[in-house]
Amino acid sequence: MKREKSESTLYDQVAAIPGGERLKLCLQCGTCGGSCPSGPDMDHTPREIFAMLMAGKREEVLKSNTFWFCVSCYYCTVRCPQQIPITAIMYQLKHIAAGEKKYTTDFTAFSQTFINMVENFGRGFELGLATQFYLTNRPLAAVGMMPMALGMLTRGRMALLPTRIKDLNGLKAVLRKAKQIARQRDREAGVRA
Amino acid sequence: MKYAYYPGCSLEKNAAAYGESFTAVADVLAQELVEIPDWNCCGATEYFSLDPLPAYALLARNLALVPKGLTDLVAPCSACYLNLYKTEHHMAERPQLNRDVNTALAEANLSYKPGTVHVRHALDILVKDVGCEAIAAHVKQPLRGLRLVPYYGCLVVRPGGLGSYDPEYPDALDRLLEALGATVVDFPLKAACCGGHMPQINPETAYGLIYELIASAASREADAIVTLCPMCQLNLDVYQAQANDHFGTHHSMPVLYFTQMMGLAFGLSPQAMGFGQEFVSAQPLLDKLASPPPPPEEEPKKKPQRSKKALPMPSLR
Repeated sequence: MKREKSESTLYDQVAAIPGGERLKLCLQCGTCGGSCPSGPDMDHTPREIFAMLMAGKREEVLKSNTFWFCVSCYYCTVRCPQQIPITAIMYQLKHIAAGEKKYTTDFTAFSQTFINMVENFGRGFELGLATQFYLTNRPLAAVGMMPMALGMLTRGRMALLPTRIKDLNGLKAVLRKAKQIARQRDREAGVRA
Repeated sequence: MKYAYYPGCSLEKNAAAYGESFTAVADVLAQELVEIPDWNCCGATEYFSLDPLPAYALLARNLALVPKGLTDLVAPCSACYLNLYKTEHHMAERPQLNRDVNTALAEANLSYKPGTVHVRHALDILVKDVGCEAIAAHVKQPLRGLRLVPYYGCLVVRPGGLGSYDPEYPDALDRLLEALGATVVDFPLKAACCGGHMPQINPETAYGLIYELIASAASREADAIVTLCPMCQLNLDVYQAQANDHFGTHHSMPVLYFTQMMGLAFGLSPQAMGFGQEFVSAQPLLDKLASPPPPPEEEPKKKPQRSKKALPMPSLR
């Protein structure tokens, strides 16, 4: 098996989150995967991901759909007999994978499109999110979305125009600064080098 | 009591029924809601997924904008609630995160000191601060005869230890619905996941989860699923037709907000409570409430007679 070239392995980068050091206590019991709503459709269950992390399989882990399929329901976290913060680990894997182009997929694009809406308006904008995400990433599925979008509009449940917050410039400045600090912290932790 | 109110983006539009009914119900119960000025989106699960530090800063801006003198923030959306709660607690527990977030907030001349705002969910303030007895005292039209499924979803009850709810089998909403006079259906999937963002990521996964919840509620002859989260409502209501198509079923299960049910019981008009905005119509439920079936006559319980042909049974005496 190839050793990681960089000093910090993916395992280290994941275990660096608060409580992440408990990852080494994983019993391989499978409670996480058995409790997971998306488990049956994941490439690997969380248990398998943890074994792969320990075995240094960086590429395979980051290519897996597992963490993108995490719905953030926290069943695994509350049920893990070793109190490993599994949901937070899935978030960290998304964060790491999203930082490297070769691991980004249209799952990443969904999150990014959502974030773009928030950064541009300060509020969510569902019509903009749906239009941009589906037309850019899944044009065929966009056709199937039309009746639903129409239903939302006729019931007054979807806005045609975004709402902007007043101090959008202030929010943008806050986020710009936060991202600058985030990249510095990432470098310190050896994440997203 | 007086609360800082964080409506969240969903309640502005797609969950307007939730927003309208929550504010109306709070008004009836004399709870004052002061909307946080110029609040911004909580980032849902998406911002935390890609970049946690800006996500914390985004959320902390809302905490920083809570008007002076208010200690409790109420958020009716589960995702908003959990994100704000996580931000407040993680800033208190992690000094470096606190410093980084405040450095970012300073760009807009804002700051937030952890521990100053208590983040709470709408259900929590209604059940704990107001209380089920006080709620029952406001009931003008009891929801008698309605079989309701209390559905909590994930984010309010889980992240274990974050709230005082059982992460697997909570009962706060059960008690509230009982106080309204409804028949509460014992629902094993009450804290199961609605699919979250899976309709966008991998629809088949979402349809499976939606189908299980709807079919399970239907098999218990429920009149509606009662929820406390805009995402759960959206997935179970708006995608119910797709889930039906996918599995070849014909379920028609209304999915309503608990505050809509409270409003009905308080005698407020269905229209003012946002009825009619749902995809799966709740009209059958409203009709049932308008003309409740006569209460079943209690038959005197007879001791079952053993057939004379039956084999003799051993007696304990």
